[in-house]
Amino acid sequence: MKIKFTLNYKDIEMDINPLMRTLDLLRKEFGLFSTKEGCGDGECGACAIILNDKIVNSCMVPVANIHGKEIVTIEGLEKTERYSILKKSFEDAGAVQCGFCIPGMMMAAEALFRRHKTPTLEQIKEGISGNLCRCTGYNMIIEAIELATERGKEIW
Amino acid sequence: MDISKKIIRVDAEDKLLGKSKYIGDIEFENMLFAKTVRSDRARAKIKSIKYPKLPKGYFIVDKNDVPGLNKVKAVENDQPFFADGVVNYIGEPIALVIGESKYKILDLISQIDIEYEDLEAVYTIEDGLKTSNPLFGDNNCFADYHYSKNSLEEIKSKAKYVISGEYKTGYQEQMYLEPQGVVGIYKNDKVEVHGSMQCPYYVKGAVEQCMGFDPENVRIVQTTTGGAFGGKEDYPSLIAGHVAVAAYKAKQPVQLIFSREEDVEVTPKRHPSIIHLTSFIDQNHKIMGMEADIKLEGGAYTTLSTIVLQRSMFAAIGAYNVENVFVRGRAIATNTVPSGAFRGFGAPQSLFALETHMEKCAKEMGIDALDFKLKNLMKQNDRSSTNGIMRDPIILPEMVERTDELSKFRKKKAEFANYNKTNPEKLKGIGMSIFFHGGGFTGSGEQDHIKAKVKLYKSSEGKVNLLLANVEMGQGVHTTMRKIAAKTLDLPIESVTYNNPDTDYTMDSGPTAASRTIMVVGKLVQEACEELKAGWIDSKDQIVITNYKQPEGFNWDDKNFIGDVYNSYSWGVNVVEVSIDPITFQIDVDHIWAIFDIGKAIDEMVVRGQIEGGVIQGLGYGGLEVMESKKGKLQQKSITDYIIPTSKDVPKITSELMNVPYTHGPYGAKGLGELTLIGTAPAYSLAVSNALDIEVNKIPVKPEELIRLVK
Repeated sequence: MKIKFTLNYKDIEMDINPLMRTLDLLRKEFGLFSTKEGCGDGECGACAIILNDKIVNSCMVPVANIHGKEIVTIEGLEKTERYSILKKSFEDAGAVQCGFCIPGMMMAAEALFRRHKTPTLEQIKEGISGNLCRCTGYNMIIEAIELATERGKEIW
Repeated sequence: MDISKKIIRVDAEDKLLGKSKYIGDIEFENMLFAKTVRSDRARAKIKSIKYPKLPKGYFIVDKNDVPGLNKVKAVENDQPFFADGVVNYIGEPIALVIGESKYKILDLISQIDIEYEDLEAVYTIEDGLKTSNPLFGDNNCFADYHYSKNSLEEIKSKAKYVISGEYKTGYQEQMYLEPQGVVGIYKNDKVEVHGSMQCPYYVKGAVEQCMGFDPENVRIVQTTTGGAFGGKEDYPSLIAGHVAVAAYKAKQPVQLIFSREEDVEVTPKRHPSIIHLTSFIDQNHKIMGMEADIKLEGGAYTTLSTIVLQRSMFAAIGAYNVENVFVRGRAIATNTVPSGAFRGFGAPQSLFALETHMEKCAKEMGIDALDFKLKNLMKQNDRSSTNGIMRDPIILPEMVERTDELSKFRKKKAEFANYNKTNPEKLKGIGMSIFFHGGGFTGSGEQDHIKAKVKLYKSSEGKVNLLLANVEMGQGVHTTMRKIAAKTLDLPIESVTYNNPDTDYTMDSGPTAASRTIMVVGKLVQEACEELKAGWIDSKDQIVITNYKQPEGFNWDDKNFIGDVYNSYSWGVNVVEVSIDPITFQIDVDHIWAIFDIGKAIDEMVVRGQIEGGVIQGLGYGGLEVMESKKGKLQQKSITDYIIPTSKDVPKITSELMNVPYTHGPYGAKGLGELTLIGTAPAYSLAVSNALDIEVNKIPVKPEELIRLVK
């Protein structure tokens, strides 16, 4: 099946099995390894991407469903100011340990800031509640997002 | 500059951008995929296996393909890489199917026909002790140990109070976010395994034994490891053997990465336990003696059960000074998935039992539990349960007072009792645990078994490379170890490198386990750096190798379990406050306070990361994380039905360090990683018990069981 979509702000048109998982498409066809497979079940959030401004688990999205849509992964944000504020805040707050959940967490934080310019603690907790982390116990990730809220208040 | 001052983690940038290469992110040329064919029987004879005709490029690998010994090198050589005539648990590997297409592999697996003859299986600790068909040895125990201090017999008749209790703990699944994964490669008579692991040299030993190869023909490379928590301590040895054999047969790289369901179903978990404690207490509420009987459910093969059991036994008396002690411990074989290492390694079971028991004793004697605990705390120069000398100052009373000051524990405990009588919307409860964790391997393990070596390579440009076997698995060791080296050498941190271990270059500094990496290996790195600094020659390549030496004066009798079981102890006090719905018994955790003595923080931010993460894993162990086995089959199979804490489950954690430096640790540092998990579950269950005014003798605490207990 021929599909068209935008990946990290580039237009893509390709012929591909529509039943393939978007997770596999990103990893295998585009080498975007920030999307990780933690469960393949839509539970852990390690494969989270932004699809039309919303956070989704790419393991649950067949490629057919991305036709005409816009995908952003962390690689697509790398050169932006939004990324550098998030990155600096995650580093300063000690939000990174084993790192497997972390690109997904960054996606969740980015999606959160697309919804709320100054998220409350409850909104932050809700915003990352679909992303499991087994190392940090979450509080230092929550603090990172609070820090980013403050640092990026002009741009969110 | 104080080494404790936080720096940005050296691995953060690449991880944030998804640039770090985990095993699933690495493509080797001509790589094939593998999937494991597993037993669906708990205990059976394999009467026959019929494999389908294989298309070109597809292979089946089983016991007949193992060129060396078909046994995983571990404490006992009892676990086969591939089942040989019998299976002993559901999920036991029988064969691998390998090839290019994952779909075709699944199709081939569905065509494999295995004929079994079921045997009478052992499913529980109780069955395991009664069975006449042992899985292991004559008594069906992987180990049956005991030790004693002085004599219980003499004081039994003198005790005013004799109080007994039985305590139970369940499974806990590590649930690292990155599932187990390895890739095997065979070229030029040498086999390589790359993968997610804690202990590259355990894997190396296992692959050498499996392949029958000389050490120089086996190379193990650790890839960025997405969490481990003990779950990647011994298990990678098994699957590394699988891909080594597969790559040898196919002459192509073979990748084996588990699905989450497979990982949950077949990899080792924390041992379920049944612990019986009896205390003999005098009229002044001083504990005269204590007897412990610890039973751990070991699963089908020994793996690490014998040493997990030892740590359980050495934690049985906890932070208390008891003159007369008898401890028996058994690790029982069952036809269930093998239990193994999980952060805490046997100690969390014992400390849950003990802290619950201490409260029970206080209640039965009609005295305040905290007063009772404080009265019996261990002090400097007291003797440990194995008659070792507690050489360093113990500041638990000060730590308890500080925790009380922060949490208002005493005040709240008194207030909640009255408040709960007013039929409030939520019942309030608060609980405290006091505990220790011994750093490093037990007894003389570091000296006799591990024999750690570290190697530094200094280039002519003045850059220093740390060649160690210890892995970064999220705990921050790439950052903290470099800080130790940089500070000792008086160099900027950028001048020190520390890459993932590759056994072709590194030396065996031992496993990344037992809270030993900073305390033991970090000290060796410090010593090596001091030596390098003293002999530093500009513009010259230099190599320094340092070997572990047991500090003088520590003695251990490994046969009778007498003496200094640990060289240093880390200490902790935790308080958990909860609110409970009196109708649904849903438990909300309102706040956790945690005070630790870890000697010295090498990096305050890394340390806080360990505290926050460990405390929440401990909270999961106490409540949310329910995993049960029925007739050898785990009832929870994925992250969907095995619930770990999410961002919405975590309370604020107030933590502080009150450090007593350790002479033989780098800059005074002691063990940290495991300590942080141990205290939460007992403090949590005691808080629940306080709120509902009932005894909670079992974790995980489940609302449906609380309803029964209250009624």
